[in-house]
Amino acid sequence: MKIILRDFKKSLLISLWFMFLTFPLVVVRVNTIENVVVWRWSNLIWVAAGSFFLSYLWRYMLARRNRRRKIAEEGVETRGRLQMLLENEQLRNRVLAILLALALVFPLVFDTYQTNIMVTALIFVVLGLGLNIGVGLAGLLDLGYVAFFGLGAYCYAILNHNFDLGFWFVLPIGGMIGCLFGVILGFPILRLRGDYLAIVTLGFGMLFRVIMENWETLSSGPSGIANIDRPGLFGLEMTLAQSTTYIYYIMVALVVLTIIVTNRLKNSRIGRAWIALREDEVACVAMGIDMGRTKLSAYALGAFWAGMVGVIFAAKTTFINPASFTFMESAIILSIVVLGGMGSILGVILGAFILILLPEYLRAFAEYRMLIFGAAMVLMMIFRPQGLISGLRQVYTYKGHKTHVGVKEQPINE
Amino acid sequence: MDYFLELFFSGLTRGSIYALIALGYTMVYGIIQLINFAHGEIYMIGAFVALIVSGVCTIYGLSGFAILILAAAIAAVYAAAYGFTLERVAYRPLRGSPRLSALISAIGMSIFLQNYVLLAQTPDFLPFPRLIPDLAFIEPVAHIIGTPELVILITTLITMVVLTFLIKKTRVGKAMRATQQDLSMARLVGINVDNVISLTFIIGSVMAAIGGVLVASYIGQVSFYIGFLAGIKAFTAAVLGGIGSIPGAVLGGLIIGWSESFAAGYISSDYEDVITFVLLVVILIFRPAGILGKVHKQKV
Amino acid sequence: MNESGRKLLEVKGLTMDFGGLRAVDSVSLTVHEGEIAALIGPNGAGKTTFFNCVTGIYVPTKGDILLHPQGEQTRRLNGLKPNQVTEMGLARTFQNIRLFGGMTVLENVMIGRHCRTSSGIFRSILRGSRVREEEQQIVEDSYYWLNKVGLEKYVNEFARNLPYGAQRRLEIARAMATDPLLLLLDEPAAGMNPYETSALEVLIRRISEEEKIAILLIEHDMKLVMKISHPIYVMEYGKKIAQGSPQDVRNNPRVIEAYLGEEVEA
Repeated sequence: MKIILRDFKKSLLISLWFMFLTFPLVVVRVNTIENVVVWRWSNLIWVAAGSFFLSYLWRYMLARRNRRRKIAEEGVETRGRLQMLLENEQLRNRVLAILLALALVFPLVFDTYQTNIMVTALIFVVLGLGLNIGVGLAGLLDLGYVAFFGLGAYCYAILNHNFDLGFWFVLPIGGMIGCLFGVILGFPILRLRGDYLAIVTLGFGMLFRVIMENWETLSSGPSGIANIDRPGLFGLEMTLAQSTTYIYYIMVALVVLTIIVTNRLKNSRIGRAWIALREDEVACVAMGIDMGRTKLSAYALGAFWAGMVGVIFAAKTTFINPASFTFMESAIILSIVVLGGMGSILGVILGAFILILLPEYLRAFAEYRMLIFGAAMVLMMIFRPQGLISGLRQVYTYKGHKTHVGVKEQPINE
Repeated sequence: MDYFLELFFSGLTRGSIYALIALGYTMVYGIIQLINFAHGEIYMIGAFVALIVSGVCTIYGLSGFAILILAAAIAAVYAAAYGFTLERVAYRPLRGSPRLSALISAIGMSIFLQNYVLLAQTPDFLPFPRLIPDLAFIEPVAHIIGTPELVILITTLITMVVLTFLIKKTRVGKAMRATQQDLSMARLVGINVDNVISLTFIIGSVMAAIGGVLVASYIGQVSFYIGFLAGIKAFTAAVLGGIGSIPGAVLGGLIIGWSESFAAGYISSDYEDVITFVLLVVILIFRPAGILGKVHKQKV
Repeated sequence: MNESGRKLLEVKGLTMDFGGLRAVDSVSLTVHEGEIAALIGPNGAGKTTFFNCVTGIYVPTKGDILLHPQGEQTRRLNGLKPNQVTEMGLARTFQNIRLFGGMTVLENVMIGRHCRTSSGIFRSILRGSRVREEEQQIVEDSYYWLNKVGLEKYVNEFARNLPYGAQRRLEIARAMATDPLLLLLDEPAAGMNPYETSALEVLIRRISEEEKIAILLIEHDMKLVMKISHPIYVMEYGKKIAQGSPQDVRNNPRVIEAYLGEEVEA
């Protein structure tokens, strides 16, 4: 009884506090041009009720989290149901096969509008997977990832306009350019500590936009570049609908490729080094891993995917301008990775679909999209830092007694 | 020469505002090693609250310098409340988590607060009423430095003197310095570290709000987006001066203010934001500890 | 413990300054092949700083760190990065355990094999037969070490979920997986109970005998040091104050003074 009363009091106080906190911004609206003040008292009721109930939820969730942590500290692995299911490789492959089949028939069932939305979602899947290499696997927080995406898009737009180069020719070039800039920019900054790295990459992201807005001769400034060619298929004339479907299939192929490549890398010698770097830099270096090179490879590889998918983006929209490549896009990609699960391929795919498709289909939700993304990032970090689906552990098998190749067997002196 | 002086004073004005915001970054970083990404948003909220207070007052027929002071006071109270709540909600539950988690939470909070103001108020720029009267004695040099600049300079100067006093001479200040040196040790000698952290957020937020009000009344408009860029620049200032160092934040703010002002005046205003980032990258690469910062050896 | 073995690691006049503070003051030390050498001293004597200088985490202010691998040219280690030092054949553990908590026990050891293997990005993407063979070999080698330290039953557990003593042993396995010529152990028995300590003693001896590598350990546990190491070097306030056999060190008046109040007899 006492506890109930105490909790009630606490929630009441919290509710009052948030009423006070939100009062000037949520209730009052001043129109300094027409000299009227609008008082929106009804909002206050929403805040009061909302914060009252959320405070209960918050307390419950926090207690649950702390309980779980304690259990985990005692060495008991706490894995959810879903996690266990996903670790079953056979089941996982089957699910993936079904998903792929669904993806393949999608444009046959749905109209061009839907397909177009799906293309956007798939673009963000690749962006998420690309950023996941840096943020999720290697622990390098990149807040300017959109710059590489923009680089790829501008690369195609400019080459297409000035030199009339085709989509398929520029696609790998876009990736290469992204990769190249990843190396050039990454080289000096990757030895910085994590949070400094975040700020510098944020700066790069903004620099890219400022440069594209001001370098008129190259990028046509803020007005952007229009009439970019759609992807060609042996010179066939295509209607808008056909071309959308075509781009859709290109995207599906790219997503599959990205999944295969990142999955293989994740469970390779390189991928392990990335993860080790994320876990503990000092120990990682002391185990003989070259930090600079390992970080650079993760950063540049992430940039490669962004550059490549940027080319597709430009070909899809046929028009690009600097406004498409703002910090907001970087933030969305980051939320995809954080929400889905850092380091988890399946999680990132799920995250991209949720974050891109939900606002598309729930229009009412669209307005609150960024608000919810922001809140989700905070809440995920507090209550579920591993994301919706945490990275799967590779289980290795030991095949009998092969000889151990240690230093003693290896001839040192030759 | 007049043009140079004009740029000099405009750089000084901007720089002192950056310094005010940078102090919040530096103090928080000094204690919990977190880039409080949402600090720029606190600055923006301060400016917005001041706009609302002074807007309501002017509409109901009140006007003048006293209103600005009232608005600034209320803005400071609200900024403090937001800063306090921010730490309690988004950072305190993450103490002991990896730094990346706290940083992502901070970024999330920044996005959240920006969009909160956007939705609760407006996506457009709102005009801020002119509340600083033109002083007569400054008339002869008005082309070099105007009344608003003078007000900003004096206010920031006072704020910094108060802050220095607070940190150097009071008990709370001593507790803050001790916590900055060694958080767990401070806890062991009986300092309530949680309170010190809350207080740091409150002080930092108040200064950001003062900066916000000053800028808003100087430039004459406010939007939900102003905190983002100002925040990054102020952070750059903090890093430039040496993060964790209070004189460093001031120095860094002034350097950024001047370099922007001179770059805009002598080169082109298109690239005034670029110069900050170039400075940031160069500083971080060649002297990550900043100008006045101490080189930190990582303990193994 | 053969004292007549070849010199393996030779540190001459190593000095490390932090600002105005001299943490290590011209310390010289030699480890011969097959030896278990120990570096002891009271808290704050500069032992860990010494280790960090040798393993490349700090760049020493003065002095030489020389490695003499058998049949190869002598190599100067100062100024090399930690990963290069490891590649040269020095592997270490940490005083405050630094495992990769979010990776499995096996993966932790597999990281140790990184610098002895070579698959790059492109080959890992293509995953040809050579890469697959190399991967399998990494797994086998890592298993070998897990077996040796007795952690084979934990292979697929997260490292952070291991009991304390097991974490210390995992650090040793991970270091050994880098095929070192010399293993540096930074307080391997810290925080262990007597039972775990004696198991550790057996493990260190076994590694030394079976793998024929030299070991240099920093340790607080006098009993352990006196039992297994020879020679012993003693540091105090950044300076080396004594060296020699356990017997010599135990009877050295300066050592007794340095450890006044602590138990030296074993």
